[in-house]
Amino acid sequence: MSEIRNYTLNFGPQHPAAHGVLRLVLEMDGETIQKADPHIGLLHRGTEKLAESKPFNQSIGYMDRLDYVSMMCNEHAYVLAIEKLLGIAPPERAQYIRVMFDEITRVLNHLMWLGAHALDIGAMTVFLMCFKEREELMDLYEAVSGTRMHATYYRPGGVYRDLPDSMPKYQPSKWRSQKDVDRLNEARSGTMLDFIKAFTDRFPANIDDYETLLTDNRIWKQRTVNIGVVSPERAMQLGFTGPMLRGSGVEWDLRKKQPYEVYDRMDFDIPVGVHGDCYDRYLVRIEEMRQSNRIIRQCADWLSSHRGPVMIDDRKVRPPSRERMKDDMESLIHHFKFFTEGYEVPEGETYAAIEAPKGEFGIYLISDGANKPYRLKVRAPGFAHLAALEEMCTGHMLADVVAVIGTQDIVFGEIDR
Amino acid sequence: MTSALALQVDAHLSGTVRRVASPAGELAYEVEPAALMSVCRALRDTPELKFEMLVDVAGVDYLHYGRDEWQTVTATHSGFSRGRVARTTAPDPNMPGRFAVVYHLLSITHNHRLRLRVKCLDPQEPVVDSVIDVWASANWFEREAFDLFGIMFRGHPDLRRILTDYGFIGHPFRKDFPLIGNVEVQYDAEKKRVVYQPVSIVPRVLVPKVIRHDHRYDPALKDVVPNELTERR
Repeated sequence: MSEIRNYTLNFGPQHPAAHGVLRLVLEMDGETIQKADPHIGLLHRGTEKLAESKPFNQSIGYMDRLDYVSMMCNEHAYVLAIEKLLGIAPPERAQYIRVMFDEITRVLNHLMWLGAHALDIGAMTVFLMCFKEREELMDLYEAVSGTRMHATYYRPGGVYRDLPDSMPKYQPSKWRSQKDVDRLNEARSGTMLDFIKAFTDRFPANIDDYETLLTDNRIWKQRTVNIGVVSPERAMQLGFTGPMLRGSGVEWDLRKKQPYEVYDRMDFDIPVGVHGDCYDRYLVRIEEMRQSNRIIRQCADWLSSHRGPVMIDDRKVRPPSRERMKDDMESLIHHFKFFTEGYEVPEGETYAAIEAPKGEFGIYLISDGANKPYRLKVRAPGFAHLAALEEMCTGHMLADVVAVIGTQDIVFGEIDR
Repeated sequence: MTSALALQVDAHLSGTVRRVASPAGELAYEVEPAALMSVCRALRDTPELKFEMLVDVAGVDYLHYGRDEWQTVTATHSGFSRGRVARTTAPDPNMPGRFAVVYHLLSITHNHRLRLRVKCLDPQEPVVDSVIDVWASANWFEREAFDLFGIMFRGHPDLRRILTDYGFIGHPFRKDFPLIGNVEVQYDAEKKRVVYQPVSIVPRVLVPKVIRHDHRYDPALKDVVPNELTERR
């Protein structure tokens, strides 16, 4: 009888199913995983150290680039931490805008996750369908902030500016006839909020479409049911949060349990899984999109009937308007100090966490009273999830590793930081 | 909510933990390194506390705490430049209490949060006990703190670097590690491989660090005194 040895397989870092730059060293017995050792850090940019060298506001843009598919949620945690230390609260309208964009971001993230996860385990169509709706939401990002992804829209004390009155429209071109353009622009004729409302009316039907393709699909179930099972006790031990924890049957959502902004006024439900496998986590995320859609609708309705400031009126954390700056000495000084020095945050330390699409995204901020953070620690949900990859994969087949990476919703921007 | 939790912590852990400053709605404690394991076990297993989840572990280097880069007096002498004066005296890297490890705990059962800080005794060889036996999630968080700060975790089964490059030298998040790093990589056409060489760029500060001791930040002059922020570290 010949000698049988385990086989060591290198997976990634350049692998389409590695979701970026994951290098996995797998020890295999035939096609069964015996050990999995994720090597991370290939996207480490030292965001936390960079933030220590910059005034508080200049790091907001870095937060977008952490989890680069749920941009505004990252900003939100950072901005909340600063607000806690400064002892300020944004105006009501800004809070609604933040909640609305958090949920838009959640839908953006889950659409990306759904498309990529399905593509990884063999369903191409879902990916294309998801990206179609993502495009509309990206347009919303662009309409409020000018950029499709890295918005830098949230600021300590509110949001950068109020929602625009109109949506950008498509122009006819060589590739797009007037008829197509008219059809595309139909929902864009009103205000931005009208566009959002039209989206929320239509989106549940889109989710139904994705579900038709996957939920009862035999192949999808074969690839996800009973794969990567995590018990609730284990999920808590491993520091799971978000859909990973809820998929295991633990009813825990910061939006309900420790509400921030105006989440306590929102009417929504928390989906919880039963078995803790990839399929349950899929169902949880699908239902979360429906619930997010409800929250977006509630926010849009409130915002269209309530006007008000979107930024607190505090010259130390918000620059004066251009006009004021031109004819008021005091404003000019404030403007100069704000952009050259920033603002000093009182000495202290705080931890602010939000329910990001992937789980609890937290910012631990230590200030020594300076205009820069003394220490910024980003608590990325994916970091704890990926740490459990070995436990979730051991005993499964090689192809299931891809399903587990997919279900963890791995994004390396936040894991490597 | 936090006051009720504080009472519970006092009842079960009095003498081993010391409460430290935290903003309203948060609870922070400091624990001696020797008592860390017993305190962590008690925090997890006491039914009234039940912190079943370790949310985060953060290393902290207090070397430059409270040191600003802007000195008003000398800045006016040197004209209206950046006003930044390079400090001639570097802080003592062997400063006691330089390294700390901060644990963020969460109780799902009671919906509580708690922050626990432990200071490493020896700044040259910072060591604390690994809490991996209490919370499995500590594994990678502790590896990260080791990689970035060089804090050792006694009892950790697999304390390897995690975020930095293979063969990296130094601990990049220490305050005396330069922001631009020590080495850069380049492709060497002769050797036909990527080589390391000392960094060629010069470090500079774009915005100096400023600490203002004006009235806005004096808690004694504020309308509402945040309960423990006045306590200096």
